[in-house]
Amino acid sequence: MKQISMRKAWLVAAAGAMAITGLAGTAYAQRDPAYAEARASGKVGEKMDGYLGIVGTPTPELQRLVNDINIKRKAVYSEKARQAGATIEEYALTAGCIAISKTVPPEMYQGPRGEWLERTNAPPQRDSRCPA
Amino acid sequence: MLSGPVVLAGCIQVDAPSEPIVIELNINIQSEVLVRLAEDAEGTIEENADIF
Repeated sequence: MKQISMRKAWLVAAAGAMAITGLAGTAYAQRDPAYAEARASGKVGEKMDGYLGIVGTPTPELQRLVNDINIKRKAVYSEKARQAGATIEEYALTAGCIAISKTVPPEMYQGPRGEWLERTNAPPQRDSRCPA
Repeated sequence: MLSGPVVLAGCIQVDAPSEPIVIELNINIQSEVLVRLAEDAEGTIEENADIF
């Protein structure tokens, strides 16, 4: 009897260790190279409304890239907003505040007056409603 | 009829940007809502790092 419970305990411990290893190993998907390049070169920027925008002259390629990402973002916003009991626009605006905060120099972002700004080492200029 | 071009010549020329910036912000959204959603949205961005 005692042996059985010892084995059980060992199995539980092993399962726990595997679960922890699995969690630690979780790596979220990274940006694809074309998107990463477009951000780094300032061809696309973070808009206040939570979506990506084209900075400067649009090309079909950039348009495809931005549309693809924005469709995916909208799907995520839609699901998360529903769970949080908020509208898509509310959720997207909140995400926009955070996405702008997370930009790194010299990425581009949309300032409070709708203008494209380059991110510097200073905190970004954001909508007054953005949470701290 | 001749005054038209004269008046126009005095106008300041403003070139439209090639890509208009579209602002779709709902001005009715209150900051309290953003504060409530901030933590949730932060997690969402981290979970979906490939599209942010």
